[in-house]
Amino acid sequence: MSFQPVKFYQTGTFTVGNRLLPDAERSVQANMRRTNSLNSGHRACQGCGEALGARYAIDAAMNATGNRLVAANATGCLEVFSTPYPETSWQIPWIHSLFGNTAAVATGIAAALKVKAKSDVRVIAQGGDGGTTDIGFGCLSGMFERNDDVLYICYDNEAYMNTGVQRSSATPPAARTATTMAVGSEPGNPFGQGKNLPAIALAHDIAYVATATVAELRDLEAKVTRAMEFRGARYIHIFVPCPLGWGHASHDTIRIARLAKETGLFPVFEAENGEIVSVSKIRHRLPVEEYLRPQKRFAHLFSPQPRAQVIAHLQAIADRNIRKYGLCEENAQ
Amino acid sequence: MMRKPFAITLDPGSSLANHTGGWRTERPVYVDRLPPCNHACPAGENIQGWLFHAEAGNYEAAWRQLTEDNPLPAVMGRVCYHPCEDACNRAHLDSAVGINSIERFLGDEAIRRGWKFPPPAASSGRRVLIVGAGPSGLSAAYHLARGGHRVSIHEAGPVAGGMMRFGIPKYRLPRDVLDAEVERILSLGVELKLDRKVDNILDTMRQGSFDAAFLAVGAHIAKRAYIPAGASSKILDAVSVLRSMEGEDRPMLGRRVVVYGGGNTAIDVARTAKRLGATEAIIVYRRTRDRMPAHDFEVEEALQEGVMIKWLSTIKQAGDAGLTVEKMRLDGKGFPQPTGEFETLAADSLVLALGQDVDLSLLERVPGLEVADGVVQVGADMMTGYAGIFAGGDMVPAERTVTVAVGHGKKAARHIDAWLRSARYQKSEKHPVAEFDKLNPWYYSDAPKSLRPMLDIVRRQSTFDEVQGGLDETSALYEARRCLSCGNCFECDNCYGVCPDNAVIKLGPGNRFRFNYDYCKGCGLCATECPCGAIAMEPEQI
Ligand SMILES: Cc1cc2nc3c(=O)[nH]c(=O)nc-3n(C[C@H](O)[C@H](O)[C@H](O)COP(=O)(O)OP(=O)(O)OC[C@H]3O[C@@H](n4cnc5c(N)ncnc54)[C@H](O)[C@@H]3O)c2cc1C
Ligand SMILES: Cc1ncc(C[n+]2csc(CCOP(=O)(O)OP(=O)(O)O)c2C)c(N)n1
Ligand code: SF4
Ligand SMILES: [Mg+2]
Repeated sequence: MSFQPVKFYQTGTFTVGNRLLPDAERSVQANMRRTNSLNSGHRACQGCGEALGARYAIDAAMNATGNRLVAANATGCLEVFSTPYPETSWQIPWIHSLFGNTAAVATGIAAALKVKAKSDVRVIAQGGDGGTTDIGFGCLSGMFERNDDVLYICYDNEAYMNTGVQRSSATPPAARTATTMAVGSEPGNPFGQGKNLPAIALAHDIAYVATATVAELRDLEAKVTRAMEFRGARYIHIFVPCPLGWGHASHDTIRIARLAKETGLFPVFEAENGEIVSVSKIRHRLPVEEYLRPQKRFAHLFSPQPRAQVIAHLQAIADRNIRKYGLCEENAQ
Repeated sequence: MMRKPFAITLDPGSSLANHTGGWRTERPVYVDRLPPCNHACPAGENIQGWLFHAEAGNYEAAWRQLTEDNPLPAVMGRVCYHPCEDACNRAHLDSAVGINSIERFLGDEAIRRGWKFPPPAASSGRRVLIVGAGPSGLSAAYHLARGGHRVSIHEAGPVAGGMMRFGIPKYRLPRDVLDAEVERILSLGVELKLDRKVDNILDTMRQGSFDAAFLAVGAHIAKRAYIPAGASSKILDAVSVLRSMEGEDRPMLGRRVVVYGGGNTAIDVARTAKRLGATEAIIVYRRTRDRMPAHDFEVEEALQEGVMIKWLSTIKQAGDAGLTVEKMRLDGKGFPQPTGEFETLAADSLVLALGQDVDLSLLERVPGLEVADGVVQVGADMMTGYAGIFAGGDMVPAERTVTVAVGHGKKAARHIDAWLRSARYQKSEKHPVAEFDKLNPWYYSDAPKSLRPMLDIVRRQSTFDEVQGGLDETSALYEARRCLSCGNCFECDNCYGVCPDNAVIKLGPGNRFRFNYDYCKGCGLCATECPCGAIAMEPEQI
């Protein structure tokens, strides 16, 4: 496991910093001189999980590479809110690709750097779930298959937020979006086959695959840092709640991400060379209701009358994740 | 203007030009809330404040912060009933922080390392008389001396300490600990006159030309109950028995000792009797265990040592053949009522532990003084009805504990200091209490409380060695780090980290943080994710 939590230092490594820890053990975000790769003045909504996740990830990558980094960015909220012409919030070399081709653009950058023998400059591709699991899927799979030297980061807010909350293949079952309205006998997004991109990435047997959430900074940073120790194609999938699209309070973004993990709905794990090497255990297991209730996109599961069957179905998904990934401590079930 | 590429008309700019602070409808502000432990401390200690230093292993700074309010940490760490721990928010998670054991560690560490108080402020030229060298008098002396006043304590007994010496037994408070802390107070230049009973306060003040006086004579007159007694029955009172433990001759209690009462004093006498060799030490109490005024942990320790307790019983008569005890039952209101059932209890001696009254003889003929229920009435400033005479501790209406006495001493000292300068002491306004629901407990590590070692039972039954041990450094540090820092920033960097807009400025170690309202959109993440509730959201004036 790449990240060893510290025990009994009042807050352990749960908080961003800890004045009792030696400097070397502190997080990148605790540093007064962190890069702030995504700087103030961006136009993301209040409490945007994507803005937060992007700064966490890119600051960590900058730290891991000695600030030798280039990023390609798919169309989506992250791109739109950070770079309204002529302003930019990015404090790194950054290029906007199209909606669906950011993996390919990054591949091109990596190839150019190789030609120029600049092996110290590292390449990141990043985009939303729409740009990753839907329209950019082909480019991404190709990037994996060719094992191009790129770290791809997907910020998963489970819908097309930038264009007004349309469903994507990462939208969870039962969630209301602008294109899966809470009407009819089966309101919200239908229960389908799902499209688990981390698992698909894993199936490509690439060097490094990990999931993370904005609720576990230390884990997220450790994964980005670890990813930078590998060459070739790598993939990190970060769970980033969207207050606007999910209908939760802006101050609850981190809490919602924490609940997604603690209920088992979003498994947090790490895999190297096609094998899972660590999972982040659930600390206090909670029923899925705790996660669903604060989000308006699931409001129809609770009123006018509770839809116990749908909730049970979602619970079954969480339970399956817990079994499949071993998310609970052996004796803490 | 620089030459631009094709189709580009504007210079590249930074988003810093875009002040997103204008979006805000609520603004985060840093607050300090009152930690519930501090709120509950009768001595007004800044517990969270000194734990903050202890957490970092900075024990001397912790001790200095602690002794700003209470000069007796090694004593407190042994005898205080720690209401702070009852209020501690950590109890909602696992169990309260062992504040009392850390306090003791700091107190013992200070004695071991010889830490001293800073020298007093420049002399005010004012003289203050303190009557009684118990915790309340000592505390007042300490604070007044540090404030630069000349302090003289007149003490009726042969040694300082009050009930800490003549009441609380050695097995709970070793005398070398008490001596060390008293000595440290005296070394501030406090004058202590022993065997100097004050008979008339106004005379003594006039003779010594004192500008003000603080009375802290305690409550030493044992209350009696009418119990018809035979010629050969031996009836003693608890305070005298405990006091004689400090002298040359140990009290002769016999093999079978019965103690009458249900307070802490009853427990201490029974445990003392056991150690003096009594084969039976029996407490007779008229109500049930849950209604006993003694603290449950003390009852528990006494029971462990073989003290027996007869619940729901009163003593009717002390005959030559033994004690006649009547069984009681509780009525609907919880009051004990006689049942008419009697039994006989063999006893070599009967010790009455029924509470104490205050000896107020020194206050006779003081005009304006008000006495009610046997105790002297004081105002919120601890002043009696006679201007310039203040009082505290057991002799005023309040809970009778060392901690309350120390708190009174401090409070009185503040008001005396102001009064001597013809001013009024302005108490700084209290912050609202940091209740548990203000915290985000997710961030605290799971950490069970560390327990203090206890002396083995054989030695507890036969010697006066201290029963409860202290924590070693590692455990004390661990225990201090269990503190949640309720309501006060402990620089965990969460706000600085979780802001999606980089709108929190980190000011560096010890300097906390500042909001950059140019960019803060008011999402509230910092407030929600602050572990200790040190950020509040306030509506923006729009
Ligand atoms: C057996 C026993 C056990 C206790 N255990 C605990 C405990 O574990 N924890 C706790 O918090 N509290 C305990 N208490 C209560 C605590 O000891 C008292 O509340 C506290 O000592 C009161 O402090 P004080 O300064 O008001 O008075 P005291 O401690 O009683 O001191 C008063 C002093 O004034 C002197 N004095 C009296 N009259 C005069 C005079 N006219 N002139 C000059 N000097 C005079 C006395 O000699 C004495 O030294 C216990 C009490 C008893 C009796
Ligand atoms: C080819 C193409 N189709 C549609 C769009 C319009 N479009 C811009 S962003 C976006 C959705 C982005 O969703 P996602 O990738 O999940 O990112 P998010 O905004 O949710 O962060 C869409 C449909 C486009 N820019 N290009
Ligand atoms: S819509 Fe969602 S993802 Fe887009 S800026 Fe707002 S909060 Fe962030
Ligand atoms: Mg999206």
